[in-house]
Amino acid sequence: MSSAPRPRVFLVDDHQLFRAGVRGELGEAVEVVGEADDVAPAIELIGERLPDVVLLDVHLPSGGGQAVVEAVKLHHPEVRFLALSVSDAPEDVIGVIRAGARGYVTKTISTPELVDAVRRVAEGDAVFSSRLAGFVLDAFAAMPADVAPGTGPSFDPELDQLSPREREVLRLIARGYSYKELARELSISTKTVESHVSAVLRKLQLSSRHQLTRWATERRLV
Amino acid sequence: MATGPEGRDHQDIDPLFDPRARRFSGARYRRRSWCEDADTDVGLERSGTWGTVPPHGWRHDGRGPRGWWRVPRERGPLRRSREDRLLGGVAGGLSRRMGIDVTVVRIGLVLFGLASGFGLAVYVLGWLLLPQEGDSESIGTRAVGDLRGIALAIGLVPALAVALLVASVLHAGWLGSLAWPFFLSAAGLVLIWRNAADDERALIRRAAQPLIQLGVDSRRSLRALALRVVVGIALVAGGVLGLMLGHHDTLLRPLGGVVLVIAGFVIVFGPWWLSLARELVAERKARVRAEERADMAARIHDSVLQTLAMIQRSADQPQQVVHLARAQERELRSWLFEGRLPGSGGEEDATFAAAVRRIQREVEDAHGVAVDAVIVGDCPLDEELRVLLAAGREASVNAAKWSGAAVVSLFAEVEEGAASLFVRDRGKGFDPSAVAPDRRGLAESVRGRMARHGGSAVVRSAPGEGTDVELTMPRSPVGSDRRAAQR
Repeated sequence: MSSAPRPRVFLVDDHQLFRAGVRGELGEAVEVVGEADDVAPAIELIGERLPDVVLLDVHLPSGGGQAVVEAVKLHHPEVRFLALSVSDAPEDVIGVIRAGARGYVTKTISTPELVDAVRRVAEGDAVFSSRLAGFVLDAFAAMPADVAPGTGPSFDPELDQLSPREREVLRLIARGYSYKELARELSISTKTVESHVSAVLRKLQLSSRHQLTRWATERRLV
Repeated sequence: MATGPEGRDHQDIDPLFDPRARRFSGARYRRRSWCEDADTDVGLERSGTWGTVPPHGWRHDGRGPRGWWRVPRERGPLRRSREDRLLGGVAGGLSRRMGIDVTVVRIGLVLFGLASGFGLAVYVLGWLLLPQEGDSESIGTRAVGDLRGIALAIGLVPALAVALLVASVLHAGWLGSLAWPFFLSAAGLVLIWRNAADDERALIRRAAQPLIQLGVDSRRSLRALALRVVVGIALVAGGVLGLMLGHHDTLLRPLGGVVLVIAGFVIVFGPWWLSLARELVAERKARVRAEERADMAARIHDSVLQTLAMIQRSADQPQQVVHLARAQERELRSWLFEGRLPGSGGEEDATFAAAVRRIQREVEDAHGVAVDAVIVGDCPLDEELRVLLAAGREASVNAAKWSGAAVVSLFAEVEEGAASLFVRDRGKGFDPSAVAPDRRGLAESVRGRMARHGGSAVVRSAPGEGTDVELTMPRSPVGSDRRAAQR
């Protein structure tokens, strides 16, 4: 791993203090190629510098981080996003993920964990914090279990439902297991864990299920 | 007093009375001191009867609805109103004191003013001498020290003298009788303008501005204004003539004169009044917003700023800082996303998720260890779930106390058939088989309790690998969860 080139990271956060903090923490482990404090400058600068990973605040002054992901993905699908937030309004987090972010961690994450998460996203893996795992379980569980597959008008079991194994993986992540611990617990390889998580991410992003939307609206109303 | 005839008045309060509106003004405090002879504290009694006040317009003693022009009467010294005011708030104050609708009071004042001219003077004197709601001193008391203002007011005396002289020469008694009130009003207004508090002065300026701007707006409106003024003056002149000549005539002519005068005033000043009314509405809205902001500021001060101060003071104790920051984060989060007021955690939790959050909160507070809680699904509490929660709390406390880990993970999930709680730490762990039978903490209170209610508990641990507790409780089919209820 140490031989791998340092990932080029771009920071998007409206708090200067936080950007400086992350810059300092990530220090030698990554190369910070730029930062922005709002949607418009972020879209412009990311398109210019083409970083490997964008650390993206879910909430920005003039809109959600979702807007940044959508705009950048349009022209530069190779840029990867890791969402970062203190506020956990679940529908916002899920929104950013559905727009195409590869993971979500809270700002209280420890430095080594953050460095690790950036690396993994740079390598194309998905990064699920326990909180995100909880949100995803909640979102997919919001679908009534007794609706038999195929009865819904646009129901696609491939996309609209988590497999028991995926559910198990998410549950362990939600319990605070690291990928490594999880792999040992389920007697599978870390690579398999990663593929499960990536599959969940794909479902989350591709599922056209209106339940997901309805779940989000419900949450907002609660 | 509470049992006397006036006792009824104590309850005769405005149900729309907003307790927050006066919180910062100290008005309630003053009202109390005014009622010092009373054996009941009005302020307290007010708050005590809030919930039982009858709907607007109904008397408490069952005498039926009052007239439309009646408003709840307020006791206490006469004060100028902050809420109901066009200029000084005198009418608003009178309306509250007398229990008569403010519009009726205003019409009365205007008629009084038109009839004798002294109505205006009375209004200005009221403005000058009555303290504003929530203030202790009137503008008049401040004006006593304003020598320049007094000099200015005295400077108006020559104008009065000239007017009186002209009146006596022309034998125009009406001019003489108008000169006095106009002199008093002008002098009063000078003193008010010079001595009003800043906010009130800004209000006067805003009220007067459209009047000043009437002449300098745009060319088109200038023509319209000229037309309006001409028509208005013609009407007023006609009305005054009718009034003066109609003294010995039938009733019709003076009446027509009054109508003409009023029409003239409306035409000239109507637009100004309209914009004034609009301003007033805008101002009231702004005040409500300001109150909300003050409320929020107070709350943030009580919570966030206090915590930040404490963090600065204990910067050398990282453990303490983390603890403070986490507690604050949780509180703010619950306020923002769950609409729960900070510090209001005293009541019984209604749902499983709320109860889990309470465990998180209490364990963090009591043991200074971060608890990461992830909750999926929710449902109302029942007896079995309470057992599950009690066991989960025990396990969390154990982890926080003994594991030595900085973070305890708490995962709660409500499913169709079961509810589960998982407590995990990466601390020192222990060898379950080596636990002496007399140290039954975990074994008895967690496993035993769960088993008695049909649930299960699995504790896995090894030295150096932390501890993992899985608690599962089947759910009775009756206790359907939130989602089931929505279907």
